[in-house]
Amino acid sequence: MMSVPRYWREIPRRTRFEGTKCKKCGHVIYPPRGRCDRCGSDEFTSYKLPERGKILSFSVVRSPPRGFEKLAPFLLGIVELEDGTRVTSQITDAGPRDISIGMPVEAVFRKISEDGDAGIIQYALKFRPVFR
Amino acid sequence: MRKVAIINYGMTKVDKHWKKSLRELFGDAAKAALKDARVPGLDALIVGNMCASDLSDQNNIGALLADYLGITPILAYRVEAACGSGAAAILAAYSAVASGMNDIVMTGGVEKLSDGVGGNTTLALGKAADADYELFFGSSFVSLNALIMNHYMHTYNTPRESFADFAVLMHKNGARNPYAQLPFEISRETVMNSDRIADPITLFDCAPVGDGAAALILCPLEDAPKYSDSFVEIGGIAGATDTINVASRADLLSLNSTIVAADRAYKMAKVTPADVDVAEVHDTFTITGALSIEDLGFCEKGKFAKLLAERAFEPGGVVVVNPSGGLKSRGHPVGATGAYQVAEVAMQLLGKAERMQVSDAEVGLTQNIGGSGSSSFVSILRRVK
Repeated sequence: MMSVPRYWREIPRRTRFEGTKCKKCGHVIYPPRGRCDRCGSDEFTSYKLPERGKILSFSVVRSPPRGFEKLAPFLLGIVELEDGTRVTSQITDAGPRDISIGMPVEAVFRKISEDGDAGIIQYALKFRPVFR
Repeated sequence: MRKVAIINYGMTKVDKHWKKSLRELFGDAAKAALKDARVPGLDALIVGNMCASDLSDQNNIGALLADYLGITPILAYRVEAACGSGAAAILAAYSAVASGMNDIVMTGGVEKLSDGVGGNTTLALGKAADADYELFFGSSFVSLNALIMNHYMHTYNTPRESFADFAVLMHKNGARNPYAQLPFEISRETVMNSDRIADPITLFDCAPVGDGAAALILCPLEDAPKYSDSFVEIGGIAGATDTINVASRADLLSLNSTIVAADRAYKMAKVTPADVDVAEVHDTFTITGALSIEDLGFCEKGKFAKLLAERAFEPGGVVVVNPSGGLKSRGHPVGATGAYQVAEVAMQLLGKAERMQVSDAEVGLTQNIGGSGSSSFVSILRRVK
């Protein structure tokens, strides 16, 4: 079970897609760090990550961890966003045969999992293919 | 800093030890390590473990084991660096002896994965990753490595069969290891046709889940002849880290923590990869074995499959990799694995590896990873002439 505060405090990062930008060297960091790994500064501004990118790698997850049984098989991916930032999330609205490395994707707001019957329902961004 | 020796070791077979508890398992390894060592007593016990709090409802492992071994009130504590916990404990023990803080230290690792029920073991192992930014999205230890493997195959145009062939080699080696969990040979088809876990990883790309314990006794090198007739020197040992998120790495296909730790350990021992006769490397998944071999400097990036086919990692090749069978066949009792590796290489250098023996091994290497490359520990052992 995840506590409500633990879920709530990540909302800016996971659902509004806010990273940080180093005030000194401009390095974009996601998920945020306490100090910049390039220049050592600890001063940041909030930075909205782009919602489009491409699939850097993916896997068809057939043996899911607990809490994701209903979803299996599902697609897990690493997405490289338009600014070069890389994130881990699920690829949705597509089957294993529909996607490939390098394919353009866009973020969509989706349910990730739920904590049984009484726990909180957890939401965040997944990515779906952009069919042009 | 004082030079440090390993004067004895003991280990259990890696297995599902249904009848043994966490403390009993480590007790067996510790008793074996103490059997022929003429030590007056131990000054400290530093042990690696990852999952006891999740799977055995137990923390405070140091006190638990010191009590079970009847050696209280000595200093005793647990070190945790996920699957790298065993090597992390050895590094801490090395530092204690080298610095002069302690003289005779027992170290090693213990893991009791078979106490996990339902999906608990998978969840416990997954905790090596970033809980809020990787696991939250439904990823697991296997699927994160599947992302790396798919990216590797795409980048270097490596056939999937090459990874299967690495598993085949590991099982061929492990079939000669009396301590191995899966001591049998397999074929390429075994791997290719086994259950799909997270594409492209199938069941036989993965190290098995098992229990095990390994213990080592360390002391200053100059005192070693007093306590033992057969000892090896730890010539170099180092650890390093990388981003907790796989996605955050500039190059998904480089284990930078291994590159940095290996570089430091090689320099400390004044050797190069070419000097290494035998290596026990961390192959949780076949892809992990490939990246490890490349990043330890035994093979150019992306050339793993080519060298594997040329038998470079077998006797007569570049370096003998995992004569124990590696994590794939010997097994992977996570927090104990790094201690198994060091005990196995010590065994090789002492010429006591029986059917696993690599002929005339003088310099050996171990590499133990925590998480999907976020922590690495490398040690160089040397035969004492």
